[in-house]
Amino acid sequence: MHPVLRTVLQRLALGVLTLFIVSIIIFASVQMLPGDFAEAVLGQAATTETVAAFRRELGLDQPPVIRYFDWIGALAQGDLGTSFSGRAASGVDRSREVAELVGPRLMNTLFLASMTAIIAVPLALFLGITAALKRNSFYDKAVSTSTLTTISFPEFFVAYILILLLGTLWPVFPSLADVSREMPFWDRVYTTALPALTLTLVIVAHMMRMTRAAIINLLASPYIEMARLKGEPPARVILRHALPNAWAPIAAVIAFNLAYLVVGVVVVEVVFVYPGIGQLMVDAVSSRDIPVVQACALIFAATYILLNLIADIIGIVTNPRLLHPK
Amino acid sequence: MTDQTEGYSAAAEVGQFRTRRTWRQRAWIELKKAPPTAIFGLIVIAGYIFVALFAPLLAPYGEAEVFPQSYAPWSAEHPLGTDQIGRDILTRLIYGARNTIGLAFLTTLLAFFIGVSLGLIAAINRSWLDQVISRGVDVLMAIPSLIFALMLLSIFGSSALSLILIIAVLDSTRVFRLTRSVAVGVAVMDYVEAATLRGEGLGWVMRREILPNIMPPLVAEFGLRFCFVFLTIAALSFLGVGIQPPTADWGTMVRETANLIQFARFDLKAGLTPLLPAAAIALLTVAVNFVVDWFLHKTSGLRDEH
Repeated sequence: MHPVLRTVLQRLALGVLTLFIVSIIIFASVQMLPGDFAEAVLGQAATTETVAAFRRELGLDQPPVIRYFDWIGALAQGDLGTSFSGRAASGVDRSREVAELVGPRLMNTLFLASMTAIIAVPLALFLGITAALKRNSFYDKAVSTSTLTTISFPEFFVAYILILLLGTLWPVFPSLADVSREMPFWDRVYTTALPALTLTLVIVAHMMRMTRAAIINLLASPYIEMARLKGEPPARVILRHALPNAWAPIAAVIAFNLAYLVVGVVVVEVVFVYPGIGQLMVDAVSSRDIPVVQACALIFAATYILLNLIADIIGIVTNPRLLHPK
Repeated sequence: MTDQTEGYSAAAEVGQFRTRRTWRQRAWIELKKAPPTAIFGLIVIAGYIFVALFAPLLAPYGEAEVFPQSYAPWSAEHPLGTDQIGRDILTRLIYGARNTIGLAFLTTLLAFFIGVSLGLIAAINRSWLDQVISRGVDVLMAIPSLIFALMLLSIFGSSALSLILIIAVLDSTRVFRLTRSVAVGVAVMDYVEAATLRGEGLGWVMRREILPNIMPPLVAEFGLRFCFVFLTIAALSFLGVGIQPPTADWGTMVRETANLIQFARFDLKAGLTPLLPAAAIALLTVAVNFVVDWFLHKTSGLRDEH
């Protein structure tokens, strides 16, 4: 088998294994709930029968291994379980399917994340590569210092500064990103401008610094010096010698930061009251709605693992040393 | 060093000159050479520590003292106004330094205790125990820590203790990785083997042989980890699942006064109020980052800039 293919398959297997273990951890979290949890959800007035029925629905009367496979099987068919909220002590069940809650919000979050990525990735790569090429110049120092400062800002600080400046003092964009499903595309872009801008500012700083470090690291390698010494023009050194080896670190940087976006999106969605999956998760945590928390955590973790996996695979596939084995 | 020398030795004389400087003098010399960003960072950190230690003396009112007027404007009586139930904002900012920084510091210490201990054990062991801990850490790191923290908080409920424990355990994974990777190189040194051969226990080898030799990267990591923990706690409090009221805390304060930002066009000061606690968080993290940056430049070539 080709070594590249073998390594890729190994990584894929490792990713599936990680996802499996993560799903066990997330599932096991329900086990750690205090024993009187059914009473806590249903309220003090719950009758013994309602509590027993609720416990049966959660499957608490069955061994954990069977419950895990029931859960993961249902999950594979898109059934994420039923939300805890909307249940009452009398046994009336007005709760909703988790999948129904999560679905549209996941779309909104993906919209916000992709909008951010489309702005942030080219910008950060451009800033990072130019700063690395003009290393120690005034431009490099200015960009590096300002990004070091923005890295230290919590997301909500950046968000509120933008709201203050662009939302209230000079009202250019709406400060509440209240999108609905029927909204036309450009209205949607306009409404989500501020959250996307916030995320862009946060993420560009990280991505730019990592790109710069990766490129500087690369330009210091002996074969680049060799190419320069034998008289190659600078453009050719960058394009023919540096770039093929730069794909792996750049892909890693992008994937790492898109994974970071997954986390940053939670806080930003809450600030702008954006109906996304991050806000859903925070609400579910406050009301201790475990099935929703589990579903959101699993989605976030899976995205995170997947992005890291893609970066790994791009790194392997583009690695010239692996492509041309001795 | 000096009492063992016999006769004249140039090295000893040079050594003497070096030892004559006390650590205070050496620190002063280093400080004079420090870049302005690092000096700025040190001054800011010192200011925060001072405010955190002497909060009850500096604050004009009590931490949870409620005044009749809620959302009061900035005035002589309440320099930064009051919040949604009429608590003095300046007072809560000052107490917030104590609570937020104290909690983050404790959490970082705990994370380092767990991470460094496990990292050293793994580096010395290098067999099944190392494999077990490392693979466990790999899995923990596969879940974004804010998401994991949110999930665990929904299970154990939000209290200061669960917050400290959860974040400390999640962050100790990063400390573990760093400690293990630098300690592996030191653990195979001859002096470590000598210590093991003369019968020193695991605790001695960890504390007295390996730990002193991996200190610089750990100190830098402590600063960065502190920033990260501090920002995580602030984010969780901002989301309403971190530090619970009535304890004054910067993340919670931003959340509670966020509505005021809509009135910025009529009263700019009111619009600035929610930004103050957020700026307090940002300033401290910037300061710590500047100092850590300087420290990294000084101690090693960990960063590309020299």
